Amino acid sequence: MNQTQKILFDEPGPRAQRRIRIATVLGAVLLAGALAAAVYQFASHGELAAERWEPFTTWPIWRYLFNGLWATLRAAAATAVLSAALGLLLALGRLSTHRPLRWLAGAYVEVFRTVPTLLLIYVTLFALPQYGMNFPLFWKLVVPLVVSNSAAFAEIFRSGILALDRGQTEAGLAVGLRRGQVMALVVLPQALLQLTPSLVSQLVGLLKDTSLGFVVSYTELLYSGQVLSSYTHLLIQTFLVVALIYLVVNASLSKFARVLQARNGRFGGRRARRAAELPPPLIEGNTPR
Amino acid sequence: MDALTAHLSEFGHGLVTTVELTVVTTVGAMLLGIVVATLRIAPVPLLRAIGTAYVEVFQNLPLLALLVLFVFALPTIGITFPLFTSAAIVIAVYEGAYLAEAIRAGINTVGVGQAEAARAIGLTFGQSLRHVILPQGLRAVIQPIGNICIALLMNTSLAAAVGVVELTQAANTVNLVEAQPIAVFTGAGLAYMLLALIIGQVTGLLERRLAIVR
Repeated sequence: MNQTQKILFDEPGPRAQRRIRIATVLGAVLLAGALAAAVYQFASHGELAAERWEPFTTWPIWRYLFNGLWATLRAAAATAVLSAALGLLLALGRLSTHRPLRWLAGAYVEVFRTVPTLLLIYVTLFALPQYGMNFPLFWKLVVPLVVSNSAAFAEIFRSGILALDRGQTEAGLAVGLRRGQVMALVVLPQALLQLTPSLVSQLVGLLKDTSLGFVVSYTELLYSGQVLSSYTHLLIQTFLVVALIYLVVNASLSKFARVLQARNGRFGGRRARRAAELPPPLIEGNTPR
Repeated sequence: MDALTAHLSEFGHGLVTTVELTVVTTVGAMLLGIVVATLRIAPVPLLRAIGTAYVEVFQNLPLLALLVLFVFALPTIGITFPLFTSAAIVIAVYEGAYLAEAIRAGINTVGVGQAEAARAIGLTFGQSLRHVILPQGLRAVIQPIGNICIALLMNTSLAAAVGVVELTQAANTVNLVEAQPIAVFTGAGLAYMLLALIIGQVTGLLERRLAIVR
């Protein structure tokens, strides 16, 4: 709760307090009503019966879902690593001094930022096999995800690099580093530190994107839910549990992003922080003032 | 190229459905976003908690999981809507969470003095929000809202996965008939880029017209 938000309403007086109490009660009643309606709908269609939820207390069902989660995490990890690497290259390309490189990287980013991932998945599913590129299932999901996520990563990296003070680059050049060295030794380490929170949020988005495995029939979490529900006929129960798993995993990741944001993108403890604030002298014996 | 021209009507229908879905969900998500952003800054703790829970839940669930839950699972407890309506509701609810966060960021940019002045001349919470805070806050985040609208456009393609025949699904169907994937999918991709370009242009225009230069 920051200042603007607090100032929108004053310290409540007796009348305002009464109104807040009334609003609380009304809100609670509405919430309870919605909940009751949901429970009624479940109960009247027999979906609340114990035997329709009981399977979710048994290990085999959870083992199957956890296998799905594991596949989701694997796909997300592969996508994250590949698209972050490609994204970094693209960002460097867009900022390079060579015009053709800049143009190519720019075109790639602009195109794949505005083409839906599902369309790319259809391309790998139905178009590429005609030209002899029939990937295994895992890559049919990961390749399109990498293609579209790398464009997003490129924009994040580029904004981070551009946001860094120009003086850093100029200082690097002034002490005689080449452009590549300035980027690798001076600009990127600082930019990446600042970007950690946005990179983690992109990771959440990417993990959500792996649910497109549903279309590819790659048995990640969502498709596992689909397979499971077609065996057990427990549709709503299975998908609610699947949604809950997604929620727990992604909420922990988001929470992690917020913690990083609060710590200004730094992983380490005090030592790492001090190291980040005071870069070592570039030239021996010449301490920065 | 023939594959495209021979199936113009399929593509046309798909394109129209995509545009309809985008427009309907943008309006819905915008309204939901304003309501949820208001809830998140309301004086009532319970309402704030509801707003926060809404954003947390819908930002952390995959859209496709929500679509599948809504379209395939809800009928088992007797809740059914036409397919297009279902997709529109789910996408609006999902993007509403993102718009709420963007709008909240906009509200945060409004100077404290503005809110204080509104309170000082005796406006209530609702009035100061409606007449002072939101008009300024929304203008500050036109660009981010435009970006969310482009993301929304791309997300409408997920409706294809639950059976709505919009642009992506139309392209897929035409390709299954014609087997000319390059022409068909490039055509669909270009259509999406064109729509995104239009949204970008409109956003830029609104930004130039409405943004407050300080």
